[in-house]
Amino acid sequence: MSAEGVRGGEGSGPQTDDPFAPAPLVFVEKVQNALRLAALDRAARRAGLVPGLTLADARARVPGLAVLDHDPAADAAFLEEVADDCDRWTPLVALDTPEGVPDGLVLDITGCAHLFGGEVVLRARLLSHLQRHGLGALAVIAGTPDAARALARSGKGGVVLPGGEAQAVAGLPVARLGVSTEIVTGLSRAGLKTIGDLAARPGTPLAARFGRELLTRLARTLGREDVRLVPRRPLPECIAERRFAEPIARTADIEATLALLVDDLALMLEARGEGGRAFEACFFRTDGAVRRLKIETARPLRDGVALARLWHERIEALADPLDPGFGFDLVRLGVMRAEKLTPAQVSLDGRAVEEEEVAALIDRLAVRLGRERVLRFLQRDTHDPDRASALVPADGVSTLSPALTPPEVPARPLTLFDPPQPVEALAEVPDGPPLRFRWRRVVHEVARAEGPERLAPEWWRQPEAAPTRDYYRVENREGRRFWLFRAGLYEREAQGEAGPPRWFLHGLFP
Amino acid sequence: MDPIRDVAALRQMLAGLEAERLPGVEQFFSLGAAGPEAGGVRLARGALHEVQAASSADMPAATGFALALALRAMRRAVAEEGRPLLWVRQDMAEAEFGRLDGPGLSALGLDPARLILVRARDGEEVLRAAGDAVRCAGLGALLIEIWGTPKVLDLTATRRLALRATSSGVTSFLLHRAAQPAATAVATRWRVMPAASAPLEGDAPGAPSFHATLLRHRGGEGGARPVEGGDWTLEWDHEAFTFRDLDPLSRTVVSVPAGRPDRAAAPEARRGENLALRRVG
Repeated sequence: MSAEGVRGGEGSGPQTDDPFAPAPLVFVEKVQNALRLAALDRAARRAGLVPGLTLADARARVPGLAVLDHDPAADAAFLEEVADDCDRWTPLVALDTPEGVPDGLVLDITGCAHLFGGEVVLRARLLSHLQRHGLGALAVIAGTPDAARALARSGKGGVVLPGGEAQAVAGLPVARLGVSTEIVTGLSRAGLKTIGDLAARPGTPLAARFGRELLTRLARTLGREDVRLVPRRPLPECIAERRFAEPIARTADIEATLALLVDDLALMLEARGEGGRAFEACFFRTDGAVRRLKIETARPLRDGVALARLWHERIEALADPLDPGFGFDLVRLGVMRAEKLTPAQVSLDGRAVEEEEVAALIDRLAVRLGRERVLRFLQRDTHDPDRASALVPADGVSTLSPALTPPEVPARPLTLFDPPQPVEALAEVPDGPPLRFRWRRVVHEVARAEGPERLAPEWWRQPEAAPTRDYYRVENREGRRFWLFRAGLYEREAQGEAGPPRWFLHGLFP
Repeated sequence: MDPIRDVAALRQMLAGLEAERLPGVEQFFSLGAAGPEAGGVRLARGALHEVQAASSADMPAATGFALALALRAMRRAVAEEGRPLLWVRQDMAEAEFGRLDGPGLSALGLDPARLILVRARDGEEVLRAAGDAVRCAGLGALLIEIWGTPKVLDLTATRRLALRATSSGVTSFLLHRAAQPAATAVATRWRVMPAASAPLEGDAPGAPSFHATLLRHRGGEGGARPVEGGDWTLEWDHEAFTFRDLDPLSRTVVSVPAGRPDRAAAPEARRGENLALRRVG
């Protein structure tokens, strides 16, 4: 495994070496009621300033200092963007957070380097890519992330040959091991100043004095023990990508590229006997911005034509269009979730084809309108009319649940109001049906009524006791049918247990 | 070529040929009530039908009528049982008349598991989704609920839907509120108002009842002749999947489903007695 620490994004602005640069630039933050330097550019560093100095001291030393407020949140966001862009080298990118603040990146380039012409070339290309976007960075390629991190943070660059980690880090101070300050102080009191000093000593006394943590760090930094990165983003099951020497910008080109990538993926998925349920396309802009699009399908899918059509729908339905800027130089398509896809049995009645067509239609509509707009009903076994049926995205329902259709269907309205609409009603006490009610400023005279149907709330769900509801099915003189309820009982009011009952319209019958 | 698709395409072609000659595969469906039957009203499958609500407040009734028609159209052959109904609904309808409810669909005779609901933001989106759905031969029926009569709902749009319905065989229903008479290319056009239902025991409201006016009937190739139009009062029987004539005077006796709450539990409102009335807000 090779790893690489990129130190970049320190301070919010680009770090330039421009001779015409007006003045050394520093970023300050308030630490214990004093303004102290948090980060500085190269000119400031050359002028002898160091982070942690108070602003007053710094001003005394360098009079023409340009001062800006330190903004850790903006720094972190900027580093995330750089990390997104670094996805183009390898999908395994992790943030390096030595003191809880992310200020570096670690890339796992195992198996990737040869795609770019070897480790040395990859490093050079990565650095020139970052430089083009105004970023100065230090990059080290080493066998373990810890070794690379220790070297990069000591201001060294380059590529450590396999097996050369112990020699490369030998001269570095022990603080680069990334252990706590107490251990570092303890080690330096014992006269162990460099990593090489530590490596020459037997491990057991060190572990007894400073704990196993130190030995683990030491082994990792010396390249004797490897450690896995935790990538920022979930890894795709399989990916296909196209790189362009000349960036592409037209939507037609992008869709054609996606169609090619989809075919590549289809072959990979077929070899695995799987189909994809979730796909992600990443568009890498030349200026470093990355745009990601996702689609999910109702069934495992690896049909190139169907997938290409879904991507066409997805791009067409974008609220903010895919802004290519100066063009995309890398398009990557990944399968984020795959499921077994066995070839379907051909039945002579064509039933499978019909179901396939409906599933394809659901996918297309879900991609265009959004998953939450293509729905199916899920029935629940409850008497609470608000919860009796739920709508769930249709692509999530793989097998239809058997319908809970009782032999006698209770009279329930076709549409329900959520929440129920308050109405003003005139009714006989204690529990007569309404004789007249006013809804949306229209008075309805009740001609026929049925009820009450008393539905108590599900007390095991609602800790707050909701009032009991008495439902009435009523028909007015024009033949319109309504479902009204009275929340609360008159007896309870009479006993002073609850407020006066109120009337609501809950649904409409055809 | 994909053999599965070839076989399916051949089957569809054969079904088209068979439909003309063989009895059993019905290309038309009726309402099932004696009145419209006597008038010779038959609706073509694989065509676009329009159901208008007479006013905004009549939309629930028109919705029920259109759903009942779709259920009639979906009862064709055993092999096609279980095909889903796709309902494209504009958000505005949901805001105005509430969300669709599963038990309410069962009460009209549609198994909620067979419904695919598509929510669209505006009229244009409704028509686009419907245009895609109507081409999908795996659907049992398509219900397009659009708010009012938007500009996009013109002769061209409805003609396109009607042509696609013919080629795929998906019976489609366009449901909206009639604003002004707009030219639409539909096979039949209905205007629907609610009607007073035949009361059940204890003067309870009965089955869904409609005043349905047939405004337009284009007929079809071989089978249905154009009908002049008519005006019927019908009720929907969700157990038999059929409409019945409803004579407002005769008060038809209808069997009472067993699951109905016991009316005897509630004291009857008796006329001529002093009632304690109270207004609550």
